[in-house]
Amino acid sequence: MTYSGFRVIKEGLFGQSGWKPVWRDPDPKPEYDALIIGGGGHGLATAYYLAKEHGLTNIAVLEKGYIGGGNVGRNTTIVRANYFLPGNSEFYSHSLKLWEGMEQELNYNVMHSQRGLINLFHSDGQRDAFARRGNAMINQGDDAILLDTGGVRKILPYLDFDNARFPIYGGLYHPRGGTARHDAVAWGYARGADQRGVDIIQNCEVTGIDIEGGVVKGVQTTRGAIKAKKVGIVVAGRSGQVAEMAGMRLPIESHVLQAFVTEGLKPVIDHVVSFGMGHFYISQSDKGGLVFGGDLDFYSSYAARGNLPMKEHVMEAAMTLMPMIGKAKVLRSWGGIMDMTPDGSPIIDKTLTDGLFIDCGWCYGGFKAVPGSGFSFAHLMATGQHHAPAAGFRLDRFRDGVGLMDEEGTGSQHNLH
Amino acid sequence: MRITCPNCGERDRREFYYQGDAVALARPASDAGPQAWDDYLHNRENPAGDTQDLWFHEAGCGAWIVVSRNTVTHAIDSTTLAATVKR
Ligand SMILES: Cc1cc2nc3c(=O)[nH]c(=O)nc-3n(C[C@H](O)[C@H](O)[C@H](O)COP(=O)(O)OP(=O)(O)OC[C@H]3O[C@@H](n4cnc5c(N)ncnc54)[C@H](O)[C@@H]3O)c2cc1C
Ligand SMILES: [Zn+2]
Repeated sequence: MTYSGFRVIKEGLFGQSGWKPVWRDPDPKPEYDALIIGGGGHGLATAYYLAKEHGLTNIAVLEKGYIGGGNVGRNTTIVRANYFLPGNSEFYSHSLKLWEGMEQELNYNVMHSQRGLINLFHSDGQRDAFARRGNAMINQGDDAILLDTGGVRKILPYLDFDNARFPIYGGLYHPRGGTARHDAVAWGYARGADQRGVDIIQNCEVTGIDIEGGVVKGVQTTRGAIKAKKVGIVVAGRSGQVAEMAGMRLPIESHVLQAFVTEGLKPVIDHVVSFGMGHFYISQSDKGGLVFGGDLDFYSSYAARGNLPMKEHVMEAAMTLMPMIGKAKVLRSWGGIMDMTPDGSPIIDKTLTDGLFIDCGWCYGGFKAVPGSGFSFAHLMATGQHHAPAAGFRLDRFRDGVGLMDEEGTGSQHNLH
Repeated sequence: MRITCPNCGERDRREFYYQGDAVALARPASDAGPQAWDDYLHNRENPAGDTQDLWFHEAGCGAWIVVSRNTVTHAIDSTTLAATVKR
């Protein structure tokens, strides 16, 4: 089934009766060529690219809950390529290019909106740091514009520019940055993978990984044993538990990250804006809700809900930056489980077990990475070779200290990112 | 979340700085080899359930505290001065 404007009108005229489920609900087969554990954005994108780029179609995605029920459906949907360090820059640049072709490629409206992202700065030192980052982005072939106060005022007139404590000195403007509809990305890749023959198996929790003589043989699940020569672990916040099934310990701590949404309002915030002097960033969804967030609660957690101090901090930062937000009413807040690495950068690598691969450590920034990660992880699983843009995401960089990618420059240690 | 400091009593979580897993109390010998140091610095059990971590009573008495807590429910079972756990 292909989506088009014509189709929408036709269905409207005939009582919306022609829409069919867009992926099958198959029972697991006893054996596949490859298995993906985890039906989040990264797992589904991996399956899609395995089928499309590498012709591997006898594969399955095993999801313990339902598609889109993890972080891919809980995030604040910011998509950007404004990284600074070699290793990260080329990866996110590649990922953003995939975003830009995604809707045509998948024939699926993921509501990708390149409305522009503005990171504000509030001191001379911060301006220098952002100028440097902007230059790195331009060197990578992406877009960045350094705005002064007047430049920001033109685009975001509603900010409190003359705040006594944190006056706005300007902003780094990334016009190709923006947002997307999070669930749609999961659904679009699920549909694309299913159309190419991939089995998407929901309510199927992996409970064990079968390894013999250092070679992966398959997995145990709540729906029986499934054999496969290749297995990819793509379970985000649950990476520690699934890796343990293969006898591995990972350089990962799971933390909670919260987000908030207000009641629906008329269009008021046209961009993605981040505050430079506290943990706060915001955009407005197409439904009208102001979607905003801050930073981790900063203690390990699997609760998928946070505590009050970070809520208070985020609200205070919001009021400092844009006092008008005080008139909006917060509808909901929620949390997701983030797979945090010591240096804040991800891992896409082989493991010491033959045929077992891992893609994890996306911290709080893995939504924008969905297409790039899927593409690069599929490349690694299919060919055994690292895909160039993701070649820096090695698991052993922590042990060796070589190739650490500490984007924030705070140190490669748990709890610093 | 409220944490009971063995010295100061029950206090707001904001008074404490979170260091991470209490593995930090089991520092390997300097010649223990790269694997032991990698495990100590980076690799974690990362349990969904009971865990022990280190918190610093930054805005209080300045003690390091071993907190036994559940990462799924956020319930805190017990708190002990790190100084009594490790001598
Ligand atoms: C509040 C919040 C805001 C965020 N904001 C942004 C943002 O603005 N921009 C951005 O780029 N990123 C953001 N992120 C981060 C982003 O959401 C994640 O990094 C990314 O979604 C993780 O990859 P995923 O989609 O594959 O994860 P998930 O969707 O969590 O997928 C993992 C899947 O694995 C499944 N699973 C786990 N264990 C098993 C098992 N044993 N067997 C089978 N299946 C299993 C889970 O059920 C889950 O569906 C945010 C995250 C949160 C929580
Ligand atoms: Zn105290």
